[in-house]
This record gives sequence, C-alpha cells and structure tokens, in this order.
Amino acid sequence: MNLTDRELWTVIHGMVLGAIFLLAFAGGFAGLWSLKPELVTETGIKERIRRLIIGTWTMAITAWLTVITGTYIVYPWYRAKPIADLSLSQFPRSLLLSNPNTSAWHTFGMEWKEHVCWIAPILATAVAYIVTIYGKNLAHEKRLRITLIALLTIAFIAAGIAGLFGAFITKAAPIL
Amino acid sequence: MNQKSKIPDGHAGAAILSAGIGSFVLGLAVVLTEISPKIKELFTLTAPVGPLSGKTTAAVLAWITSWIILSFLWKNKDVRLQKILIATFIMIGLGLLGTFPPFFEIFSH
Repeated sequence: MNLTDRELWTVIHGMVLGAIFLLAFAGGFAGLWSLKPELVTETGIKERIRRLIIGTWTMAITAWLTVITGTYIVYPWYRAKPIADLSLSQFPRSLLLSNPNTSAWHTFGMEWKEHVCWIAPILATAVAYIVTIYGKNLAHEKRLRITLIALLTIAFIAAGIAGLFGAFITKAAPIL
Repeated sequence: MNQKSKIPDGHAGAAILSAGIGSFVLGLAVVLTEISPKIKELFTLTAPVGPLSGKTTAAVLAWITSWIILSFLWKNKDVRLQKILIATFIMIGLGLLGTFPPFFEIFSH
C-alpha cells in the first residue's frame, strides 16, 4: 500500500483539507444559527463565540490552503501537455478530451470547479473577520448574523461544487 | 438594557462588500479571458497553471485592495448596510454566473 507524491497531494487537497472544511462549515453554521439571545445566556454566548471564531477561521484557512494547493500543485499535473512516448493516462486533461464521452468532465466539470472554488475562501475570510470583530455583539445583530450564514452557505456550495467535480474527475482520469 | 452593538457597521460593510467585489472580479476575469486572447495571455502569470493564475490573482487583489480602501473610508462609521448587502449579493451572483461554463463560453473567441 503506497501513494505517489501526486496521489498524496491529491488526497491532501481533496480529502484531508476538504473534510476539515466540511466539519468547520457544519460547526460555523450551527454556531451562527443558534447564536440568539433568547436561546443562550450571556456566558453561553461568550463561550460559543470562542468556538465560532476558531471554527470560521479554520474554515477560511482550510479553504485558502485547498484552492492554493489545488491551483498551484495539483492543477499543473492535470493540465500538463502530453509527451510523445508517454501514455495519455498520465495527462488527465488530454485523456478526458480525447474521448467525446468524457470530454464534458473537463469542458464543464473542471472548467467550473477551477474557477468557482476561489469564491469560497474570499467569503469564508469575510465571515471569520466579522465574527472576530463583532464577537458576542453578533447575538444581538440578527441581520448581520443571517448575512454571515448566507455567505458561509454560498462558500460551502462553491466548495461543494468543486469537491464533487473533483471526486468525479479523479475517478474518470486520476492524477498518477 | 440596550443590547445593540456599539461596533460601527462600517467594519462589516467593508468586509462584506469587498468579498462581493472579489467574487465579481473573478467572474469578470473569466469572461474577459474568453473574449480576448490578449487578456488570456496577460493572465498567464505562470505557464504550468495558465490563465487561471492571473484570473484568481486579479480577484484576490481586487478583494484585498477594496477591503483596505473601504475599511479606511468606513472606519468607525455606520453605513447603509441594507444597500451594501444587496450590492454584495448581486456581485456574488454575477461572480458565480461568470464562472459557470455554459455562460462564459458564450463569449469564447
């Protein structure tokens, strides 16, 4: 049982960072949703805010690490141009485009994934910053809290699209 | 007891609007790259990554720059958060649309 360097980076990019992002999103969403003065005491709000700050920054940092490793480490292997003597299976983009039955994984899936994922860290960072600055005051700022939930959810959807297509594309044409 | 936040809206407004600007610039950069081969070349900051490197760098720079400027302008001020939220969600929507292949391929040269 062993992994090549490329497979290892693909796992770090897609599974390790992806799993942390998902966990952080679930925590951040639940924390913001239930941060209501009628549900939690002042002491409870303070305690929740601490967890919320950690959760939202974890989400933001994980999102940045995911898009940076994806774009600058994994993606160049995916889009590398084929070399004459080597099998096309080592060049995922060209492999997908060589067959009309698989070309949409690149022209639709990868083209969408590689762009939309960058929206996630931008939105997640804005949420983490606001949670940090406003702290326990957020419990009394319903409109702001709902806005943060919406931004966090959009970030999650953008990352989810990228993650889902990443899994499908890796299945159709793995980076070897 | 007044439970309202004493922290001015400007901090949140700057962070939220700049996130919208960053998202919008990403979508715009994707569309512009499809329209013009010159822009595609300009956005190719590193050959192995191709134009994606420039498109995402442009979005991140627009986001950070606008955040710094708005934070400076709205520091310790209350702003019209409702309008900022509407503008932000419109820009995020346009950003998402710009990154959607069936949309940006309409502009493909």
